[in-house]
Amino acid sequence: MNSMKKIMALLLVLVFMVGVFAGCSSSSDSSSTTESETTTETEETEEAAETEETADVGEIVIGWLGPQTGNVAQYGLAVMNGVDLYVEQLNAAGGINGKTVRVVYYDEEGDTTKAITGYNYLLDQGAVAIIGDVTTAPCTAVVVESQADNTPMITASATATSITYDEESDTVYSNMFRSCFIDPFQGTTMADFAAEELGATTAAVLYDNGDTYSTGVYEYFVAECEALGIEIVADESYASGSVDFSSQLANIAAADPDVIFLPVYYNDVALIVTQAASAGITATYLGVDGWSSTVDTIDDPTLLNGAYYCSGYSAEDTSELVQQFLADYEAEYGEVPGMFAAQGYDAAWILCDAIAVAEADGVEYGTAEYSQAIIDAMSATDSDYVTGHVTYDEYNNPQKTAAIITFTDGTESFWGSYGG
Amino acid sequence: MIIFQHLLNGLRLGSIYALIALGYSMVYGIIKLLNFAHGDIIMVGGYIALLLIGAQVSPVIAILLSILGCMILACVIEKVAYKPLRSAPRLSLLITAIGVSYLLENLAQLIWGADPRSFPSSKIIANVNFSLGGVTVSLTTIVTIVVAVISMVILNLLVQKTKMGKAMRAVSEDTGAAQLMGINVNRTINYTFAIGAALAGIGAILYCCSVPQVKPTTGYLLGIKAFVAAVLGGIGSIPGAMLGGFAIGMAEVIVNAVGLSSWTDAVVYLVLIVVLLVKPTGFMGRSMNEKV
Repeated sequence: MNSMKKIMALLLVLVFMVGVFAGCSSSSDSSSTTESETTTETEETEEAAETEETADVGEIVIGWLGPQTGNVAQYGLAVMNGVDLYVEQLNAAGGINGKTVRVVYYDEEGDTTKAITGYNYLLDQGAVAIIGDVTTAPCTAVVVESQADNTPMITASATATSITYDEESDTVYSNMFRSCFIDPFQGTTMADFAAEELGATTAAVLYDNGDTYSTGVYEYFVAECEALGIEIVADESYASGSVDFSSQLANIAAADPDVIFLPVYYNDVALIVTQAASAGITATYLGVDGWSSTVDTIDDPTLLNGAYYCSGYSAEDTSELVQQFLADYEAEYGEVPGMFAAQGYDAAWILCDAIAVAEADGVEYGTAEYSQAIIDAMSATDSDYVTGHVTYDEYNNPQKTAAIITFTDGTESFWGSYGG
Repeated sequence: MIIFQHLLNGLRLGSIYALIALGYSMVYGIIKLLNFAHGDIIMVGGYIALLLIGAQVSPVIAILLSILGCMILACVIEKVAYKPLRSAPRLSLLITAIGVSYLLENLAQLIWGADPRSFPSSKIIANVNFSLGGVTVSLTTIVTIVVAVISMVILNLLVQKTKMGKAMRAVSEDTGAAQLMGINVNRTINYTFAIGAALAGIGAILYCCSVPQVKPTTGYLLGIKAFVAAVLGGIGSIPGAMLGGFAIGMAEVIVNAVGLSSWTDAVVYLVLIVVLLVKPTGFMGRSMNEKV
């Protein structure tokens, strides 16, 4: 009888473990479908390589690394559109130094391990510089990997400080640049905004404790709130992949804050805001650039009314560069570009400007000196781009203003520029 | 007051787990199979409702069709994948169930893509809140709990009072003897799968109303948690599955509420391990002697 129980117990544990393993692979099973896509990509690049052999002089190969499928694909595809648009315009205008710029792509599905595979794949394809990665976690992994090669890299959207600077060893990753602003900037800006523009005295926070981006912004928001005297009345978090936030929202509802800061990505924003409505929360939401596309993913966009988030760019900005970019983008893709597309465009622009400098100096293509020349040129960047005037500080972070976006009647609108 | 709020949330989540756990338990009771594809049937139910409502079908019809879709799917799976293996070793059946689960997840990904889709929850249950002495109760919570309880009552009547219920109990007690008594075992098993899937379909709609999102892996974690609930309550026992569901939902909400959200899933699995070590039969399961 007793031994029967033990056998039952063991059997069930076994069964359960099989289930867990089945689950492990099923959560990463997106690879199985996308593998075929990667193969077609490889085929495409092979075809391209064949044409390259016939016309090998006069080509500059740059790599694009990011998610084309999976949970954060929306960012990846937007960045890719921006990059493609710039490269197309550049080639139409004669390329760099008479050479055509060709982009090779790798879809890492938002996965850190695949991002490193992708980085090596792009180098094998002959890329002299890389635009990517798109999100913070894979980008951090790739930049560490790239140190030995000193590959010039620029990300359009990874906002964590750790991407260009390793706090533990106090080293700046000198080959890594970005066209977006950084996490502390977003957390600090939104805290300032809450205090100065909204007159908030209490705030609640709900963040993803398994995500570098989310925890990074959260820490700087809390620090700035303390400095400004805003009281954090509810400090809640959730594990990555959670879908039920009712407990955390009940705690927040009980604390009754003036503002709720949600430094998370759009899918989670949609879930949290919808469930918060059921929890009876009416406070003002504050968000970060991961919020762009939320209106497309939420069932009822009017729930977002009155919320604010900071963005690197707004389509309602009237400057000439922005309007020109808007017109070109709409002509090409038939839609209004979001922040990620604009930053992708700028990333390609900044990188190609730097490559042009290296080419003008006559450095031999593909050598270590060539990489260094691009890096030096990028760190000396000082001109106007779509998302603002860019110069780099000693941590390779751009100095620029944030656009504050708000929601009315379930659509986004430009509130104004803030900070800087 | 906040404690009541958490209890209510736990009750809502728990009643969804309970509905799904019932499907696990009933199928296990009748053919001793841990039907790991059960969770994925929920996912398919969610997609059916999502697509129908997206196509301007009236929500009531969409809900009924998605429940019907779940039932048909479960019966087809039973016929195609499980029936040919009925006399095979139980492990083969279990592996087949995992295979079916994979098949459904990957098919869903192929057809509908890997990105989560927003579920039109407000078309099914309006975003209305009631305030009862400081506790905010959403209409979703009320509907979820009420529908779950009604479903369980109907199930109980079905199992205790109808002829088919009697047949189900008989087959679960002793398949061979039931067959000798003239009970159509195949039909009974089919009914069990269909009823389990109908509960899963109801669970799918309720779940998607409180978590307004469907993706190909939606059913996976939900299925595992319901499975833990079924084991906790005593697998094979219907009241046990209900109790287990409520207990798991409550445990999850409490862990989240005290700020240990990173541990939520770990706690659920810990419950499973502790139950298996201390009381493998669960709250209400019967320990059975090996039949000779």
